Amino acid sequence: MSAVLPKHIPVVREASPGLWALAWRRLRADRVGMVSLAVVVAFLAMMLASYAGLIAKDWNKERGVSYANPAFLAGAENLEAKEVTNKDFGTQAKPVDLSDIDPLAPRYKEWEERAAKIAVTEVKRAETLPFGGDKWGRDVLEKAIKGSEVSIFVGLTAALFATIIGTVLGALAGYWGGRVNDFLEWFYNIFTSIPYILLILAFAAVFKKGLDTIIVILALTGWTGIYRLVRAEYIKHCGREYVKAAQAIGASHFSRMFVHILPNASHVILVQLSQHVVQFIKAEVILSFLGLGVPVDMVSWGTMLAEAQNELVIGKWWQLVAAGASMAFLVTAFSMLTDSLRDALDPKLK
Amino acid sequence: MAAYVIRRLWQMIPTLAGVILLIFFLFNWVGGDPAQVLAGKISNPEQIANIRKQLGVDQPYWYQLWVFVQQVFTFDFGRSWSTNEEVSKILLTRVGPTLTIMVPVLVIETMLAVAFAIMVAYVRGSLTDRTIMVICTTAMSISFLVYIIFAQWLFGFKLGWFPVQGWSESFSRNLLTYAPLPVMLAIFVGLAPQLRLYRSFFLEEINQDYVRTARAKGLPEKQVMMKHVLRNALIPILTNIGIYLPGLFVGSFLLEVFFSIPGLGREIVTAVNRSDFPVIKAVTVYLAMLTMFINLLVDVMYKLVDPRVSFK
Repeated sequence: MSAVLPKHIPVVREASPGLWALAWRRLRADRVGMVSLAVVVAFLAMMLASYAGLIAKDWNKERGVSYANPAFLAGAENLEAKEVTNKDFGTQAKPVDLSDIDPLAPRYKEWEERAAKIAVTEVKRAETLPFGGDKWGRDVLEKAIKGSEVSIFVGLTAALFATIIGTVLGALAGYWGGRVNDFLEWFYNIFTSIPYILLILAFAAVFKKGLDTIIVILALTGWTGIYRLVRAEYIKHCGREYVKAAQAIGASHFSRMFVHILPNASHVILVQLSQHVVQFIKAEVILSFLGLGVPVDMVSWGTMLAEAQNELVIGKWWQLVAAGASMAFLVTAFSMLTDSLRDALDPKLK
Repeated sequence: MAAYVIRRLWQMIPTLAGVILLIFFLFNWVGGDPAQVLAGKISNPEQIANIRKQLGVDQPYWYQLWVFVQQVFTFDFGRSWSTNEEVSKILLTRVGPTLTIMVPVLVIETMLAVAFAIMVAYVRGSLTDRTIMVICTTAMSISFLVYIIFAQWLFGFKLGWFPVQGWSESFSRNLLTYAPLPVMLAIFVGLAPQLRLYRSFFLEEINQDYVRTARAKGLPEKQVMMKHVLRNALIPILTNIGIYLPGLFVGSFLLEVFFSIPGLGREIVTAVNRSDFPVIKAVTVYLAMLTMFINLLVDVMYKLVDPRVSFK
C-alpha cells in the first residue's frame, strides 16, 4: 500500500478554530452586533481623542454668549444673553461727587493711569454655537464629548476592577470550596443584604469626592454578581478531566486556577464585564448628578444633566438633549453588543 | 416548616454580624474623624477634643463597636449630627411618604408588566412582539434623569397638570395630588425592564410540554395561558418582586429628590451630603435586616405558590 501512495503528501493541517475565532466569526455574521460594535468603538475613539487633547480641548473656554443658540436656531430670541450684555452700569445714574469726603479720592487718578496701561482685549462672543451654549457660553457639544470621556472612563475602569475582584474571589471560592467558600459566601451575603443603591451611597458618604473615589466605590460594591457566576463556573470545571490531567502533570494550584480553568470561564466574565460597563456608566451619571461623583472642575454627562434641569424651564433644551442622547446612544449600542457577544460566545444559549 | 424558619433565622446571625462589622468599619474607620467634619473650618483642638468626647470616638475601637451593637438592638441611634433630631424619629416620619409613592408603583407596575408580558409572549416572534422589545431596549437606555427632568418640565411646568413638586400633611392629598406624577414616571421607567424579564419567564413556560398537553386535550387558549402558564411563571416573578421589595424603602431616591418628597431616599442623599453618619448607619443596618427577612418571607411564599418546593 505504501508503494501506491506518493511519499510526500503535503500535509494541510487546518487548525480547528478556537473558541474566540468561532465567536468572532459568529459576531461578524451578526449585523446588529457589528453595528453596535462600530458605535462602541467610535465612542472609545472619541474618548481617546478627547483624552489626548485632539478634540474638545477647549470645552472650558467661554466662547459664546450665555445660552448661545444652536446654529440651526440662529434666529431664536435669547433673552438671557441680552440681559447680561445690556447691563450698562456706568451711564444711567450720574455718580454723586464725593471727592471731598472720599478718602480714596486722591488715588483715583493714579489707578486710572495704571488701569489704562493694561491692555484689555474684548473677546467677541459668538451668538450661536454648533449645538448651543450653556450658562457660561461654553459649547455644549464639546462638553458632551469631554463628558463622555469621564463617563466612559469611569464605566470601563470600574467594571474592570469589579470584574477582577469578582473573578479572583469567585475563583478562590469555587476552586477551594470548604472554609474558603464559606467565608467568601458570608462576605457575599453581607454585601447583597444591603440594597445596592444604599451600599453605594454608604460608601460615597465615607470617601472623599473625586474621580478615583467613584471608581473605587463602584468596584467595591459591584463585584457580587460576577463573583457568583464565576464561582459557579469554577465549581463546574473543578471536577473536569482536563483539570485532573493538569494536576497529574504537576500544575500548581495557581496554574490550574488561572491558566487552565480561567480561559474556560472567560466568556462568562467577558459578558459580565460588558454588562457592568453599561450599569456603571448609568450609575456614574446618577452619582455625578447628585454631586457625589466627579469634582466641579470636570464635566460628565451627570453634571450636564444637573445643569440642564434648570435650563429646561427657561427653554434651553440643548444641554439635556446633548447629554441624554449621547448617553442613550452609547448605552443602547453597548447593551446590544453585550447581547450579541453572549450569543456569539454561547451558541447553545439561543 | 417551623424548623426551616428557625434554621433560617439562625443563619441570619452571622450575616447580620457581618453587616454591622462592615458598617462599623466604613463609618468608624474609613470615614475618618467625624469631629473634623463637624467642627467645620474654624476650630481649635479643644473644640475638636470636646466633640470627639461627645461622640465617643475618643474611646477604643472595641468599645465603639459595642456601643454600635447596643444602638442597633435598642433602636436608639442618638441624634442626627446635622439637625439634632432623633434618628429613630427621622426614620419613622420618612417611611410614610416613601411608601405612599412606592406601594402604588409596585402594585400597578407588577400588574401591568405581567399583563403586557403574557400578551407579548403569546404573540412571540410577531411584529408586535419585536416592536415592543425594540421600544423597551431603547427606552431602557435613556437615563432615568432625562425622563424625570423632561416629565417634570412637561407635565408640571408647561402643561400644569400636576404640581411641579411638593408634599403636604394630608395623606389623601399626597396620594391624589402630589404622588401621581412621580408614580407614573416610576412605572413608565420600570415597566420596560420588567416586561422584558417577565416575557422571558412566560416564554420559558410556554415551551414546556405540559402546555402542549393542555392544548392537546382541547383546553381553550384562555385557560391554558391564565391557568397553566401564568401560575407557573408566577414563581420566578415572585422571586423578582422579592429582590425588588427591599428597594421599596429606599424608594426611588431620585424621584424624591426631584419632587421634594420627604421620604427615606431623599433623607439618605441629604445625610450623605452632610456626612450625617448616624442616619446613614441606621438606615443601612435596618434595611439590611429587612432585606434578610423579606428574603425569608419570599422563600416561605414559594411553598404556598408551588407545592413542589420542599424545605430542605
